[in-house]
Amino acid sequence: MDIPKSFLGYKRENGRAGTRNHVIILPVDDISNACAEAVSNNIKGTIALPHSYGRLQFGADLELHFRTMIGTGKNPNVAAVIVIGIEPKWTKRIVDAIAKTGKPVEGFSIEGVGDIDTIAKVSKKAQEFSMWASEKQREECPISDLWISVKCGESDTTSGLASNPTVGNLMDKLEPLGVHLCFGETSELTGAENVCAKRGKTKEAQDKFMKTWSSYNDFILKEATDDLSESQPTAGNIAGGLTTIEEKAFGNFQKIGSRKFIDVLEPAEEPSKGKGLYFMDTSSAAAECVTLQAAGGFNIHLFPTGQGNIIGNPIEPVIKLTANPLTAKTMSEHIDLDVSKILSREMNLDQAGDELIKATLKVANGRLTCAEALGHKEFVMTKLYRSA
Amino acid sequence: MAKTDIIIHDKKDNVGVIVVEKVNKGQDCGCWIMENDASNNIKSEAEIPLGHKIALQDFKEGDTIIKYGHDIGKVVKSIKKGDHVHVHNVKTKKW
Repeated sequence: MDIPKSFLGYKRENGRAGTRNHVIILPVDDISNACAEAVSNNIKGTIALPHSYGRLQFGADLELHFRTMIGTGKNPNVAAVIVIGIEPKWTKRIVDAIAKTGKPVEGFSIEGVGDIDTIAKVSKKAQEFSMWASEKQREECPISDLWISVKCGESDTTSGLASNPTVGNLMDKLEPLGVHLCFGETSELTGAENVCAKRGKTKEAQDKFMKTWSSYNDFILKEATDDLSESQPTAGNIAGGLTTIEEKAFGNFQKIGSRKFIDVLEPAEEPSKGKGLYFMDTSSAAAECVTLQAAGGFNIHLFPTGQGNIIGNPIEPVIKLTANPLTAKTMSEHIDLDVSKILSREMNLDQAGDELIKATLKVANGRLTCAEALGHKEFVMTKLYRSA
Repeated sequence: MAKTDIIIHDKKDNVGVIVVEKVNKGQDCGCWIMENDASNNIKSEAEIPLGHKIALQDFKEGDTIIKYGHDIGKVVKSIKKGDHVHVHNVKTKKW
């Protein structure tokens, strides 16, 4: 297949391109959710991103909170941002960092004003942003403007056999065209960690991966009260035939094809070493992982599933594929691409990879994903430890 | 091409994955090895559902299960060739 060299995206002020054109209302903290949701109810064409944290966090956990907030605002799928916090200081820090992209952003704080007057004031600004963003047109963008993140969920053995290798096939075909790629799920590489580390392009990347994996694994071992058989693999994984974390890991790992990663990113960190594949240190829980990858700047997501994970994200479209013929049948409204014919050998990986590239470009050009049509917008912050 | 009931990732693997809705006890199953495009047959000794694994050899306690050409866990209860391989007879070597 001749791979198209471009897609229709939204060009942003900083040179990046978006596959979506969202105006987001971003609460800095849990208690500003109500205000943010009220504004998004008032003003059409805006979306609120409520979440559970943002108070009394400290140290690395607070830095991750800021990185996630700022990265979400900076994502090229976002046209303009309103930030609402209880206090002005943290709100301003987020606004100032997002403003560096050149996109419209404005911050508001609730203390001393109250919800109702804040909602009125913010709604006026949100209306202005929404109407401004609605004038933006899709333009031809090089395919290298795609930043593709991947994560699998509710995996079963069909994931490792077919849907994950289909994603790997896409990576093998698109990486040479200059796209950015990202995989994560640190804990779910357990058992395949040594094989995965060898995929680091440099000794530095390999060592950084092993350090990151070991630190996550040490944390799990420290907190574990049993053999984790209730958590990893999950009940869904086991129902689908996955027996051990090692088996799950080698299946998971098929998503990167034969690529090598150039760097290891902190959770929600934006890549800075140019095009190519990155590993991001993330939770293996679907919504947490995709939220972190979207905050890292990725603008389209591929999500292979076996038993049928239904996750979506508010700003990064999540494309789902499955090779499990039962899931494709029983959960068809969640599945953007059915590659189960690989298992009956009516389709090979090369063909499946081409189909996935076509599906990805359709969504990049504006086609809604199943998750978007169904209203899935899980925005889940990763919290590293208890607050002070 | 014969019907494929079981796919094996790597020729070193000692388990295969059922890729049809299920295989029945006593069924003569067609296997396809992805790595080298080879085919062979195995008799199933149990009813095994889609996505679950079948033993391609006899195992005793302490043996290692190989899939994707790699170690994916240890046998905790002996397994006969053709039997269902899962959490009741295999455990992780991690955690």
